[in-house]
Amino acid sequence: MAQYKLVKCTINGKETETMIDVRASLTDMLRNDYCLTSVKKGCEVGECGACNVIIDGECFNSCIYLAVWADGKNIRTLESLLGPNGELADIQQAFIDEAAVQCGFCTPGFIMTAVQILESGRRYTREELRKQLSGNLCRCTGYENILNAVEKTMLQRLGQQ
Amino acid sequence: MSVGQSVPRVDALDKVIGRAKYTDDLCEKNAYIAKILHSTIANGIVKSIDVSEAMKIPGVVKVVTCFDVPKYYFPTAGHPWSTDPVHQDVADRLLLTDRIRYYGDEIAAVIAETEIAAKQALEVIKVEYEEYPFILDVQEAMKPEAPQLHEAYPGNILAHSSVRKGNYEEAIKEPGLIKFEDWYETPTVQHCHIENHICYASKEGNRITVVSSTQIPHIIRRIVGQALGIPWGDVRIIKPYIGGGFGNKQDSLYEPLCAYLTTQVGGRTVKLDATREETFVSNRVRHAIRSHIISWVRPDGSFVARKLECFSNQGAYASHGHGIVAKGMNSFPQLYPCDNIECDSYTVFTNRPVAGAMRGYGIPQAMFAVESHTEDIACRLGIDPVEYRRKHVMPVGYVDAFSKNENYYDSFNQCLDKGKKYMDFDRKFKEYQNQTGPVRKGVGCAVFWYNTAVWPISLESSSCRMVLNQDGSIQLQLAETEIGQGADTVFAQMAGEVLGIPYERVHVISTQDTDVAPFGTSAYGSRQTYVAGFSIKQTAMLMKERILKYAYELTRMPAFELDIVEGQIVRKGDGRVMISLSDLATEALYSLEHSEHITSESTYQVKSNAYSFGCCFAEVEVDIPLCKVKLLDIINVHDAGKLINPALAEAQVHGGMSMGIGYAMAEQLLFDPKTGKTLNDNLLDYKLSTFMDHPHLEAQFVENYEPTSAFGTKALGEPPVCPVAPAIRNAVLHATGVAINDIPMTPHVLFERFKEEGLI
Repeated sequence: MAQYKLVKCTINGKETETMIDVRASLTDMLRNDYCLTSVKKGCEVGECGACNVIIDGECFNSCIYLAVWADGKNIRTLESLLGPNGELADIQQAFIDEAAVQCGFCTPGFIMTAVQILESGRRYTREELRKQLSGNLCRCTGYENILNAVEKTMLQRLGQQ
Repeated sequence: MSVGQSVPRVDALDKVIGRAKYTDDLCEKNAYIAKILHSTIANGIVKSIDVSEAMKIPGVVKVVTCFDVPKYYFPTAGHPWSTDPVHQDVADRLLLTDRIRYYGDEIAAVIAETEIAAKQALEVIKVEYEEYPFILDVQEAMKPEAPQLHEAYPGNILAHSSVRKGNYEEAIKEPGLIKFEDWYETPTVQHCHIENHICYASKEGNRITVVSSTQIPHIIRRIVGQALGIPWGDVRIIKPYIGGGFGNKQDSLYEPLCAYLTTQVGGRTVKLDATREETFVSNRVRHAIRSHIISWVRPDGSFVARKLECFSNQGAYASHGHGIVAKGMNSFPQLYPCDNIECDSYTVFTNRPVAGAMRGYGIPQAMFAVESHTEDIACRLGIDPVEYRRKHVMPVGYVDAFSKNENYYDSFNQCLDKGKKYMDFDRKFKEYQNQTGPVRKGVGCAVFWYNTAVWPISLESSSCRMVLNQDGSIQLQLAETEIGQGADTVFAQMAGEVLGIPYERVHVISTQDTDVAPFGTSAYGSRQTYVAGFSIKQTAMLMKERILKYAYELTRMPAFELDIVEGQIVRKGDGRVMISLSDLATEALYSLEHSEHITSESTYQVKSNAYSFGCCFAEVEVDIPLCKVKLLDIINVHDAGKLINPALAEAQVHGGMSMGIGYAMAEQLLFDPKTGKTLNDNLLDYKLSTFMDHPHLEAQFVENYEPTSAFGTKALGEPPVCPVAPAIRNAVLHATGVAINDIPMTPHVLFERFKEEGLI
């Protein structure tokens, strides 16, 4: 039978707690208990990156991260990026401007991976960005415009464009 | 106005903030979960199923087996229905089957309160099988002693069709001809949309609602009705945003079963969410096709007689069946016209996963064979391969007798010119001749043939509805679906253009609900922009006429003297703004004198089709000792007519090129010869292209206005994938002198070929 544990964590800036089936993934918890449906399920074994979220500043596949491990952690999903008045983050605007969105299913995971890259404050070459982003799969875009969106935002943040 | 402008996608905002709702996001959290029990043999029958242990698991609600379901055989292909029985799709599926035809066939379904309970139940269901020998290879399946899959199709041949022109046997007697003959093989690959297929079903009154990740809601409604033996109107299909389709979701996957399961639990919501592994094995795959080409040419390279044989691996059930290889075969006499032609294509059942529609519908397979062959001829005759194509490819003015398609423009040469220039082809082609080191470079090209939509093989029509809102904005409804390609955006642009209002004032209802949306057959065949263009234009003209008629009542100006420009009703003669559309719309709805809900709706049946041509150029570096190909540069050039939205068109081409690169270099489903089991049913072992596997993808266009089209546009959804694999293969040939006739060109394939040719 299911065993439950109390998981206390910060999700998108808000302190939360809920009882969780110890077998549940963080994807399940975020989608089912907190209705954060930007966290997508594409493979549920850590292959595609559609479920990526940021845990204590680092990007993870939430599908292979147990919900109980989230106890005491600070978790951010795509929903956290909008400003207080609904303003888009620069990386979200760049995805729109660069036509980096098609079916949109991989988009939340890609943006969260990009957030980690951008928050590092480092300047990456295009080749390095490819490697940084290679844990996320997309079948629609050929990755071209996603690369353009991430690079453009990186350069903007670094004041280089 | 906005047609021809790269405006942002109308759905981009919701998608970048995570607000866009896909099927799973909409399903109620207390829905029952269904899981399918798949067979662990490739051919045979289920003798018995014991579910007693499964029923003991807490949370298990019901187990339905192949012995419980109704025996209504149904077809799954997402084709328009034919009212002529001769042209109807093959009805060979049941909801669950006791006659197993591939490893992974569906034999029982568990309904449980939780996913874990459902999965646990699957593990304890006991199945007794009677196992038959199985076959995975097409040629093996055609042998008389092969196990037979379907009684109605002796020899396992689902269909055979042919093309005959001139007299092949006589023609080849001409003295001095050179014969070119080869076999070409393409692999079984999968669509790999990132959202797996998912659907959930429930009952309301006596009707069943299925919310599904599908490309084709109205077609699914018909198939669910057929599969359950209920009136089609008792079924309601809702299609929200979907996470990609590429043809896999142009098939009925689990909607009929899910609809049946809800009827077994009193109409409670049942969700059937396929895993990635199920998507690989038990959805659809691309047909592996083996092609045999013989060309008899004069020393100048001109074709005298040609023969093509294609063997298409259908897998276990008919699905889209013969249409795929037939489309590929029919491109053969058209792309390089020749007076004497013999073509035969066979679609053959094997005990493999079921092949269906996938982006390109037989053309990527055909182009790999044909354009590899074309290159081999040019090379052996010492003719520049681009110039060889220019000389022999379909000429301007060519008309296909069957489709009545006409090649109106010099698209091939225009596309080749652009591709050559970007690639600096002539210089590199010369420079890379006669290399000797272990690492060598090469350049290659390929052209492709494609036609838009499915007329005259099948029905082509589109229906459109427009409603004038209180503020003068327009609600637009179509049956044509947004599946990621940007359809909703270009529909808004087209409607805005004809109505004379900004595209932002056109609100496209993205969700198709078969109870509400106009009827139509939706997303396939690269049809939507072309076909919906007609119904949007016609319906918008009707709408405009009604608006201007009402404007007469308000302005006393005759309708024919009025126009709508940027949302204003203007007098044509002097350009004076008479009233804004917004004020007119408010007045029309709230007027105490004459209140009218201004709407328009119409169907346009399309009886034309349009060629869509282009080419690909690729540059590679081959490490011969390592048997590795690195793609250095690649460009696709398309003539898709006038582009409605160039940025979205370019993005569409990138995606197709990516799929083509995977097809050429890495993607392939593998099957265990001992069991028939799919070996690499996951995204780790199946090598989908990642960010690291591509160079920059260059997409360019030639925009010749398509004269048969409402907006001058034609197919672009599928074409980008079509020429990529042969272009890369031809670049490898240029680099190494070795013709690789099997894709994907993995080190395993290259090692064998390099060894044969004495390179290693």
